[in-house]
Amino acid sequence: MIRAEDVTVELDGVTVLDDVSLEVVPGEVLVLVGPNGAGKSTLLGVLSGERNPARGSVTVDGRAIGSIPSDELARLRSVLTQDNTVSFPFRVSEVVAMGRSPWARQIEGRSDVAQVIAAMDAADVRHLATRRFTALSGGERARVSLARVLAQQAATVFLDEPTASLDLRHQEEVMRIARRLASEGRAVVVVLHDLSLASAYADRLVLVAAGHVDSVGSPSEIITAERVERVYGLAVDVHEVNGRPVVVPRRNLG
Amino acid sequence: MRGEVMVVGRAVTLALVLAALLIGGVVLSAVIGQLAISPAEVIGSILRATGIQNPWAPQDPILESTLWVVRFPRIAMAIGVGAALAVAGAVMQAIFGNPLAEPGVVGVSSGGALGAAIAIVIGVTALGSATIAAFAFVGSLIATLLVYFVARANGRTEVVTLLLTGIAVNAFAGAGLASMLFIADSGGREQIVFWQLGSLNGSSWPEVGIVVVATSIAAAAALILARKYDLLALGERNARHLGVNVERLRIVSIVLVALLTGVAVAFCGIIAFVGLVVPHIIRMAIGPSHRPLILASAFGGAALMVYSDLLARSVVVGADLPIGLLTSLIGGPFFFFLLYRQRKRSGGWA
Repeated sequence: MIRAEDVTVELDGVTVLDDVSLEVVPGEVLVLVGPNGAGKSTLLGVLSGERNPARGSVTVDGRAIGSIPSDELARLRSVLTQDNTVSFPFRVSEVVAMGRSPWARQIEGRSDVAQVIAAMDAADVRHLATRRFTALSGGERARVSLARVLAQQAATVFLDEPTASLDLRHQEEVMRIARRLASEGRAVVVVLHDLSLASAYADRLVLVAAGHVDSVGSPSEIITAERVERVYGLAVDVHEVNGRPVVVPRRNLG
Repeated sequence: MRGEVMVVGRAVTLALVLAALLIGGVVLSAVIGQLAISPAEVIGSILRATGIQNPWAPQDPILESTLWVVRFPRIAMAIGVGAALAVAGAVMQAIFGNPLAEPGVVGVSSGGALGAAIAIVIGVTALGSATIAAFAFVGSLIATLLVYFVARANGRTEVVTLLLTGIAVNAFAGAGLASMLFIADSGGREQIVFWQLGSLNGSSWPEVGIVVVATSIAAAAALILARKYDLLALGERNARHLGVNVERLRIVSIVLVALLTGVAVAFCGIIAFVGLVVPHIIRMAIGPSHRPLILASAFGGAALMVYSDLLARSVVVGADLPIGLLTSLIGGPFFFFLLYRQRKRSGGWA
């Protein structure tokens, strides 16, 4: 379990996260939402150990995250970043297999090939296995990167805007994968912009606004027209579909 | 998986081709020269040196000394330097995340040559050939560090920035070399000019020993790090998330590049483009995975250098062309072709 307590992050003297506390719980999809520049990605960076907070602490199962060796940390958590470029023309299967590298000297490393194939199946990229990564489309690259993160088999999975370059079907599929990871007992932390998509798949939503956690709770608790208007500065209607909120901006199209 | 079998098959084919090329090149280089020596005499002489008496061994002491004092050290030097430069290129491309990074192009070789020239001018060469190697290493190291920290952003290097940095480093090292040329006495001048052009002429066994030992150590280290170079291709952040200590990998790799380039430059001068051409061809043949790439580059670089040197000393009768001139003659257009292709692919000079 990853826990952040009273975390403050400063970038070039500007406070981008101010006194944030948050718990990442196994078996749960936790979605971070909020306007651009609110600090979602920074919060993800702090929780994943990539960024050191100026004040406050982040712990993994009670251990300070900064004290965990990087190879061990790679077995505890995986991170899908938005950087989907690969410098050399590796094959898709090779890129996905790179996700297994933290396990290279572990007993679990013996099931590498099976893990790689399962990850490629889950992310719907097995048919691309022998293609060169550099020759893929943006959406294909994003899914291959997701497969690599799945192959890493970490207890906590961080996904930074995993749906950004994906079509409708693959967006839903990625979020279904997130749900499945949670049902396997992993903790899943996702940064998303689409409030309706977030509401449909999240167990808990964290609404981040101007470096603060504005509110934490179930989607129907958090996503109200009043709150979205206040945080985003945009008038919206909130409907309910299958018991989950759906956000529609109020559009005045003449 | 079928793809894997195919890749392994290609790797085996490549290994056989490289081995055949290298052995053929060594035999040709031993045989061809002003003094014609037959392949049987070459094999006989080698067998005798390993303690096996045989009828093929040459009786003529001039033949014997031509082989053991002139040709063999030169061939061994070509193998060592070729391997060093090709591996340096592969490692440099890995840490720069850019297939166009090369010790000659970005000025690491010039840095090494400047170091060697300084050693000659201030007269520390009295302490032996290892001193020149040490100075060349320091020169290469400073140049690598400079290029690395100036040209990189977000863990990758844009082609434009890389080449512009290379121009600046090369210009500065060139000016340094010119100053050394100005200060040096006539003997020193000759040596400095030799560094600028690159040549394997006059290789001696002690020098070969230094090059082979340094190259073996550095290449072995690069092979150990190869898996991490693969992960680095995902970008620095992703590599870090997969447990790579990127900072340490960077520093170790920079020292490796400087060591490999430094020893090569110290005894043979600036021989450009080997580190560019060889890894590139290997990558086209067996893909970018770094362990086979580095291993094959070492052998490919050795083979290329053996043939280049043979050409350098036999293409003009009675003259020994600078080998750096030859590699640049081939490597220059090749580099141009790579730039052109990269530009077409990415739609600009990014």
